[in-house]
Amino acid sequence: MEKKDFWSSHWMKGTGPYAEVALSSRVRLGRNIRDVPFPYLASNAQTEKTMDLITKAASEQEEKFNDFDFQRMEDISPLERQVMVEKHLISPLLAKEVNNSGVLLRKDEAVSIMINEEDQLRIQAIYPGLQLEKAWEDADTYDNLLEANLDYAFHERYGYLTACPTNVGTGLRASVMLHLPALIMTKQFNRILGALPQVGVAVRGLYGEGTEIIGNLVQISNQITLGHSEKEIIRNLFGVTRQVIEQENASRQMLLNENREMLEDKSWRALGLMKYARLLSSQEAMQLLSDLRLGFELGLVPQIDRSIFHQLLVLIRPSCLQYLSQKELSDTERDEERARQIREHMQNIGEPE
Amino acid sequence: MLCQECKEQKANVYVTRIVNGIKTEIHLCEKCAREKGDLEFAFEPKFSLQNFFASFLSEPWAAPQKKTVSPSKVQCPNCGLTFAQFSQIGRFGCCNCYTAMGEEHLQPLFRRIHGNVSHSGKVPRRIGGTTRIKGEIEKLRQQLQQHIQMEEYEKAAITRDKIRSLEKELDQKEE
Repeated sequence: MEKKDFWSSHWMKGTGPYAEVALSSRVRLGRNIRDVPFPYLASNAQTEKTMDLITKAASEQEEKFNDFDFQRMEDISPLERQVMVEKHLISPLLAKEVNNSGVLLRKDEAVSIMINEEDQLRIQAIYPGLQLEKAWEDADTYDNLLEANLDYAFHERYGYLTACPTNVGTGLRASVMLHLPALIMTKQFNRILGALPQVGVAVRGLYGEGTEIIGNLVQISNQITLGHSEKEIIRNLFGVTRQVIEQENASRQMLLNENREMLEDKSWRALGLMKYARLLSSQEAMQLLSDLRLGFELGLVPQIDRSIFHQLLVLIRPSCLQYLSQKELSDTERDEERARQIREHMQNIGEPE
Repeated sequence: MLCQECKEQKANVYVTRIVNGIKTEIHLCEKCAREKGDLEFAFEPKFSLQNFFASFLSEPWAAPQKKTVSPSKVQCPNCGLTFAQFSQIGRFGCCNCYTAMGEEHLQPLFRRIHGNVSHSGKVPRRIGGTTRIKGEIEKLRQQLQQHIQMEEYEKAAITRDKIRSLEKELDQKEE
């Protein structure tokens, strides 16, 4: 991983439909090969075989996979693996399982094919904005390409067979990352939080299961994988997401009409702190980014390239900070480096030309 | 409000205690609360998916309807995972476990998780061709039996021919 390529992940672009609320859309498919035990139970020889079968299946379609790089987890340092997790390119589990696990990563970092994760194959596509359909099409395409040379574990009744019963059937988990400051500020989010599970949608924090909501960022995803077709799952999540986005936008307008000065103050204060603070904890930084972003989306602060928000969200994570400064950092050093990075990115924003 | 303990950090943990009808309130920061052990009250132990499954599988309604094999004896012939292990860790060991664990155990579990027991999405193209044909043949065979029982021999003959042509197709695909 070269430093100059650090910010090239396609999802960070800040483009795509509904980008004012939706950061990214992700689809992943869980797949396994027939008769080979799932990675956690497999022997070293078996996971090696899985790795072989999958990399061969990809190389047999060379022209379709020539824009992919293959990396074995054991060949990458733990820090670099964590950086990939923080960029949402691989799962935390893959970063841990170094035993014959690896990733085929497309050069634009929009598609990653993880090998020997919880399932033998996890095909992931991640796009900026609300682009679930696009992410599904991509994942589906690579699934078909790999399947041409692999015998998938498939059951006539239960569909694609996965290690965990919560993924069986389609093996499909689709998720959207949303920035919902207005819904959270106006306490409407709790109502939505209660309603979403009833329509088959799960809600999580930024870094997946069990993580808390920081910086008003929320991840929503489909709960059910068995009994609905892939298209139905995607369409359902799309419909629910669009409703949440519309409510967020309505709340933003309401806040703008009723509390314009408060919002303006909040976002300019955030910018001020980000320009001058010398120590920033992760939590505070996330909150400031959220405050500034809300002001930017409502046109209360000067023009900012939206991708800066996404880059900073990743950049201020512990492993990324350490990776960039090329050394281990204590908590205080991290807060210092975080503040420095944010200052650099905010330098020219809001200054007269 | 600052933490009443260290008086430095912002207080974000509010502890209310009612002992013998006397209510006391203290405001602490997260660090002090953790040190005092007060945070333990505030947060439930981490929710475990595994325990969740285990409870599904051990509940009486999940017990086999037909007492065929006692779950304790069930073991996957391919990967060796036992039913006890499966219900403990909540993970299958390999794709053969899906047959080995028995549909009388799995279907109630799937119904609880997904509200469904049958996949209705994508089918791998390679398997798809033959799977569909096999399913078709199975259906036609049942039809054939019905025709014979009803002594509808003409219909039976047509069904038989359909089965033969599908079997031919299947042979070609499997070669």
